[in-house]
Amino acid sequence: MLAVRGLHAHYGQAHILADVELEVGEGEVVALLGRNGAGKSTTLKTVSGLLPASAGEVHFLDRRIERLPPHRIARLGLGYVPEDRRIFTDLTVMENLEVGRQPGRAGAPSWDEAKLFALFPNLAAMRDRPGGRMSGGEQQMLTIARTLMGNPRCLLLDEPSEGLAPLIVEQMAAAISTLKREGLSVLLCEQNLHFARSVADRAYIIESGRMRFSGTMAALAADPALREQYLSV
Amino acid sequence: MSAVLEVEDLAKSFGGVRAVAGVSFAVAAGELLALIGPNGAGKSTCFNMLNGQLRPDTGRVRLAGRDIAGLPPRRVWRLGVGRTFQITATFASLTVRENVQMALYSHAGRLGSMLARFGGAFVAEADALLDQVGMRAQADRVCGVLAYGDLKRVELAIALANAPRLLLMDEPTAGMAPRERGALMGLAASLARARGIAVLFTEHDMDVVFGHANRVIVLDRGRLIAGGAPAEVRADAAVRAVYLGGSA
Amino acid sequence: MTWSSILIQLLNGLAGAASLFLVSAGLSLIFGVTRIVNFAHGSLYMLGLYGAYTLIETFGRTPLGFWSGVALAALLVGLAGALIEVAILRRIYRAPELFQLLATFAVVLVIKDIALFAWGPEDLVGPRAPGLRTPVEIFDKRIPLYDLVLIGIGPLVLGILWLLLTRTRWGTLVRAATQDREMVAALGVDQARLFTSVFFAGSVLAGLGGALQIPREPANLELDLSVIADAFVVTVVGGLGSIPGAFLAAIMIGVAKAFCIGIGTVQWFGVEIAFSKLTLVVEFLIMGLVLIIRPYGLLGRPPAQQRHSGEPAPPLVPPGWKVAAVWLVPLLLLPAAGDRYLVVLATDIACFALFAASLHLIMGPAGMVSFGHAAYFGIGAYAAGLLFKRAGLPMEAALALAPLAAGFAALIYGWFCVRLSGVYLAMLTLAFAQISWSIAFQWDSFTGGSNGIVGVWPAAWLASKTAYFYLALAVAAGGIALLWRVLFSPFGATLRAGRDSPLRLEAIGVELRRYQWAAFVLVGALAGAAGALFAFSKGSLSPSVISIALSTDALIMVLLGGVDTLTGPLAGAALFTWLRDEVARRTEFWRAVMGLVILAIVLIFPQGLVGGVKALVARWRRARA
Repeated sequence: MLAVRGLHAHYGQAHILADVELEVGEGEVVALLGRNGAGKSTTLKTVSGLLPASAGEVHFLDRRIERLPPHRIARLGLGYVPEDRRIFTDLTVMENLEVGRQPGRAGAPSWDEAKLFALFPNLAAMRDRPGGRMSGGEQQMLTIARTLMGNPRCLLLDEPSEGLAPLIVEQMAAAISTLKREGLSVLLCEQNLHFARSVADRAYIIESGRMRFSGTMAALAADPALREQYLSV
Repeated sequence: MSAVLEVEDLAKSFGGVRAVAGVSFAVAAGELLALIGPNGAGKSTCFNMLNGQLRPDTGRVRLAGRDIAGLPPRRVWRLGVGRTFQITATFASLTVRENVQMALYSHAGRLGSMLARFGGAFVAEADALLDQVGMRAQADRVCGVLAYGDLKRVELAIALANAPRLLLMDEPTAGMAPRERGALMGLAASLARARGIAVLFTEHDMDVVFGHANRVIVLDRGRLIAGGAPAEVRADAAVRAVYLGGSA
Repeated sequence: MTWSSILIQLLNGLAGAASLFLVSAGLSLIFGVTRIVNFAHGSLYMLGLYGAYTLIETFGRTPLGFWSGVALAALLVGLAGALIEVAILRRIYRAPELFQLLATFAVVLVIKDIALFAWGPEDLVGPRAPGLRTPVEIFDKRIPLYDLVLIGIGPLVLGILWLLLTRTRWGTLVRAATQDREMVAALGVDQARLFTSVFFAGSVLAGLGGALQIPREPANLELDLSVIADAFVVTVVGGLGSIPGAFLAAIMIGVAKAFCIGIGTVQWFGVEIAFSKLTLVVEFLIMGLVLIIRPYGLLGRPPAQQRHSGEPAPPLVPPGWKVAAVWLVPLLLLPAAGDRYLVVLATDIACFALFAASLHLIMGPAGMVSFGHAAYFGIGAYAAGLLFKRAGLPMEAALALAPLAAGFAALIYGWFCVRLSGVYLAMLTLAFAQISWSIAFQWDSFTGGSNGIVGVWPAAWLASKTAYFYLALAVAAGGIALLWRVLFSPFGATLRAGRDSPLRLEAIGVELRRYQWAAFVLVGALAGAAGALFAFSKGSLSPSVISIALSTDALIMVLLGGVDTLTGPLAGAALFTWLRDEVARRTEFWRAVMGLVILAIVLIFPQGLVGGVKALVARWRRARA
């Protein structure tokens, strides 16, 4: 579904991504693990077109997308959920969802407000609340729901568990499992190995902009040295 | 040990929401105190009331006995508080050495001169500070092109330039590679001990917290829920419930 | 004043506020989404006025003809705005913000000449609104019915805008994009189309604002810049990005102006005060007051940090003596060529080079963009002229004291300016320049009004063009050398540091504002020196030395040369002055030609000329290596 080949990215003069390779298959949940600043977010931003790739290829549904503007990529069915939520704080929940709305898409689960409120019951009670007056967890749910309004086939999720209370993290994990059951592919950036392990099939580890590991979650779990070297906590 | 910083009953609300609700603690000279807690617990608000960015609603912040609550950041600095930022704040168009010199010139009250040439004075002092943080070799590079970890070191050098009594470090190792993290905090710890500087830092990396802090305090929803030696805090049931979870 | 006359002035003010609100709302809307300060917004207003004039003449002076003319004019202006966005601005959204600004200046020049070509230089007095001509009697006073209609149109448009913004998908997208346009794009919204539609809507508002004024004010070619100045004041007072704020501010300012005109001339304690001439001063007072109480305007909020991946400014390289000598020696030998015209041109260039270099210091290294730098140039020029003619001082003394006067003005204006940053600051500087201009223009008895001051000639020993050229060269070179010296002093380093990271600077014990304020005074004084030098070289001066047009000229010089280099502003000043001279000698429509040249440069070299050349050289070196 999504394949990244030899991707490089620069920020100013700093070389952030070097030769990144990864793949996400149909209906698969893949975790991209690494510490803060390892290049996880940059990878997602580059794939979604927000940052220019300096070299390399990104294939999505057999199309080259690394040169497309972000809105074209989103319209192909690749939905991006940013790490710092970036909800529109002046807009209400319903309006935030409206911004994300796109027509239905063949081969992708289709979403509407009712279905999203079923997925995130907390949001249902606050339809008309401005995004700025929601808690961190509620904002995180809204930002995912907003991207789902575009009926994506594949979701790029940047640290959905970041800074959330454990209870909310559990809900988030349940929601991602639901998405997987719906047939959505997910590329998930995480620092929280625990969380990633509860939802992902496979994992990559990135450090200093380079891929250091690729394998199943089970293989990662069996290698404490690896975790010690690249992952914290 | 004498307390360099004493915080008493500090509180701040935003639009009716109590971000920090009565927090008290103290940091002694040469001590590293870690302030941890989930995002949104009030760590940043708490920090910003100590460095002058925010004025507390109530409470006292005493630096070596003097109440500094509500003073603007530049006054707080002049009283001997150095700080590093969560997202590094350096002067991108100046060289590494010039960045440190800015702080040294400011400390000496010599930034107002319009005709002298900047950069002539405090070269040795700046280089000595850069030596301590391991940035001497890059002294002539412009900050705008530095790697993130190096910027963190430059910040530390800037923060030490006014010979502070108290160092405030907001997530000092965020964005650094694992090996760099330990090195930076080890450096901060040794400098603090050698010079008797009190260090207060927030941090999400528990390796850093439990590896380098002398004491840890935990903030949740604006209140301190635990405090003490790292091992005690690590074992604390309440802390595990709201923050650490089962893995640490 | 009686109650009835107060009521009449109130109604008058409210009627005037309608157009002001429409223009400002459009400006706010466009800025909110695209982050472009559309300098050409006043030009669009002007086009609306001219367009309505012609359309109503064509359709006939009937109610149908009038209103369809107004509506069609607004629509056509909207299309013109959309065209500007598609043809020019869309290509440079990724360029630095200042370059987008430069492009809109160029559009101002082009539109002015299009209007000149299409409608001629004379003022065009439009028809009264058919069917609404009859005055209404209110308390034995008469007020045109049309004014009452205008009073209704303001809230009507506010209501429509509110509905559009809150009840339609387009409005939701616009509000979302105002906050985080990158995120909107990541959610699948085509930014280009959204921007074009916002430009269209904003331009319709500007066009409508202009067209509705047709019964009240003659169409003329000066409207573009005077309206943009008014719109800036309204926007700053109301709060950037707040449409209800613009509405409130427009009413406050419209009413205050109407009262000034209504009061007319009064005697207070034996002093005659002509309130009708103080309209701009009152605008300024309101703005000053609001900014002191609410720095971000009545309903404004601190500007949300729009995400942009702007690269940090590159380091400045101190200029070497050798380089300076390479340039100075040919300049010293220039009079030997024996071309009188060349010497006069070089004198002009010297004045403008100092002017541009002074602007460069605050907008480049200090990071404070000024839209009104001509204020100090002009005050310097006027101070020199007045000291020479009215105080009878010798020319040398007048020239030496003029910078102090300009510096003093900068001391006062700067106190306000350094409290703001970014676009707010820029708009405020423009407003100050406009106030200075209006004082020079309106205070006939002191400044000579629109005629200015004549007979401002240099002393006998400087009477020859060559002698004066050497004086100008010496003053300019000295001033520029001083500016550069300051730039590399601890003070200058503090300014650069403050632009890079105000947060860090505050955290090392520095109160940035004080340094910025001092920088304002310094560059004000040097711009004043340039102005005084210019006045004596021409022998006369007029309010045009404080005009917005001159302020934008200075900006163009700096941006054309490149704001990130020291020599760029000088190259820009030379190129601009020479080019304008060359083009102006050949065609009446020199502005349009200049505008097109600037647009071409903007599209080809988004880093400015010197920056562009440097990039080319770097690429060439790399290719050879």
